[in-house]
Amino acid sequence: MNLAQIQRKMARALFAPLAPGYRMRRRAPGGGSMRRYAASFIKPNDRLTSFERLEIYNRQYWFRVLTCLADDFPGLRAVLGEKQFDRLSEAYLAECPSRSFTLRNLGSRLPAWIEKHPAFVRPHTRLALDMVRLEWAEIVAFDGPRETPLQPQDLVEGFDPRMKLPVQPYITLLELQYPVDDLLLEVNKGSEDGEAASNAVSDRRKRASVRRFRALKPQPIFLAVHRNDDSVYFRRLEPEAFSLLAALRDRKSIAAAVAGAFRKSAIPVTERAETVREWFELWSALGWFCRPSARAASA
Amino acid sequence: MPANRFNGFTDYGIGIGLRIPHYDHILTKKPVVDWFEIISENFMIDAGRPLRVLDQILDQYRVVQHGVSMYFGSAEPLAREHLRRLKTLVKRTKTPWLSDHLCWGSVDGTYTHDLLPMPYTFEAARLTARKIREVRDYLEVPVCVENVSSYAEYHVSEMTEWEFLTEVAEAADCGILLDVNNIYVSSFNHRFNPMDYVENVPHHRVAQIHIAGHSKYRKYILDTHDHPVIDPVWKLYETAIRRCGPTATLLEWDDHIPSFEEVHAEALKADRFLRAVADTRASAGVPGSAESQLVLP
Repeated sequence: MNLAQIQRKMARALFAPLAPGYRMRRRAPGGGSMRRYAASFIKPNDRLTSFERLEIYNRQYWFRVLTCLADDFPGLRAVLGEKQFDRLSEAYLAECPSRSFTLRNLGSRLPAWIEKHPAFVRPHTRLALDMVRLEWAEIVAFDGPRETPLQPQDLVEGFDPRMKLPVQPYITLLELQYPVDDLLLEVNKGSEDGEAASNAVSDRRKRASVRRFRALKPQPIFLAVHRNDDSVYFRRLEPEAFSLLAALRDRKSIAAAVAGAFRKSAIPVTERAETVREWFELWSALGWFCRPSARAASA
Repeated sequence: MPANRFNGFTDYGIGIGLRIPHYDHILTKKPVVDWFEIISENFMIDAGRPLRVLDQILDQYRVVQHGVSMYFGSAEPLAREHLRRLKTLVKRTKTPWLSDHLCWGSVDGTYTHDLLPMPYTFEAARLTARKIREVRDYLEVPVCVENVSSYAEYHVSEMTEWEFLTEVAEAADCGILLDVNNIYVSSFNHRFNPMDYVENVPHHRVAQIHIAGHSKYRKYILDTHDHPVIDPVWKLYETAIRRCGPTATLLEWDDHIPSFEEVHAEALKADRFLRAVADTRASAGVPGSAESQLVLP
């Protein structure tokens, strides 16, 4: 057996989900006995069989990735409860194991995966989807790339409504059916408080929280998940502001973005110019726009 | 401290791992610490708070990079994106040397995020050495490989772990980050004499030493980095620095992390061993490691 063959063989065993009781499965990948599978390449010693030695790595793998996902998605865990979240995590990781050198990206495919597998979040499908999108957006906002922000002097040659203003790549715009921003803040606050509480108190609180979170009433919101001074913030937006920013993000010109934003708006026409000015002033101050490259600006 | 070409001819003393729970203490109290070791992957990001904290640390302290996912021993080629990001970080930290583990952890682009043991074969040694050389040439910084703790051995192995480490280090012409806790853990798990390991590695290549605590179970020991260093590991450490010379030493504490003062105090226990060895070597007229004597005028 050469190096590549050994590594593929061991990896297949590691990636196999654990059996109940957090033990290694008795059936090998591809069929047959896991004991024979392990014994074919792992030496036993006087205390542990080949199976037991391989099992240490199998358990370590799953404990590591499951813990990581639970740490990154506490809101989704709070919505689903621990058992349903664990079932979802295992199924997701079995289908979407890490393809990145960093565990930071472990949950990057989770929102899309849940959309494809709604059974894992039923009956809280929409709430869970909103929450998972928000939590991934939070990760992106925390350490996502930042382009050079637009400065007033970048516009000294005059404002051109045909100009395109790229939105910072660390910002995610979310149209949500539930106010999950408040919910996530509450979950995070709860976990901070829980550190000082006893286990029994903490467990009771968790069960009560799950019931309360699931009872959350729908309330459509428009959200920008962004970063300011290296802290992540959730900023609620008016529908028109959201539409305008989304259009700019999609590389539409300023003129087209503004026109589209007010197509179905109840904001009086006389107030729109001042409203847009105020939005741009705020977003510019927050550094939300990237300096357009010469090529992008003329495109 | 023995300056050699594997640690960029530096003379670092006792360092500790830079960990999030200690950020506030370090930035506000500015404790005297000889150097910090960072986990490279935690800072191979585009922007955000981790990089800002790192820059503040770099303003005041010496930093050495330690990686956990280069996987020199994986049969697949090196990941270019990983290398590109690592090089960006090397330029930022100006790390005098860089270390990662003598292990594998990815297969066909899928990552286990574990430090998996190598089969100790000549084929594996050749491939691993080639990848280490590629990394060193690309990053333009000395590279050291660290021995890992392990819980399994392979039927196909053709040599001992320390022979494999030597084979790889010689073929790659790289340094060694000798983790004496890992030696202890593996010696228990695989029933070998840990002193044989320490005695038989190429001492002139040792650029850094790791010390740490672990968790002992009935049938095996797990390398958990969540306890103080135990006496038998200190004994191995003492032997290692007697053979290698007083070497840059780092305490790893990654789980159930106590206060900064507690971690630092545990690390500074290494000082009495370092001083004793330095005194012995000074009285014997040995200025440094064998290698440094060859290189320095």
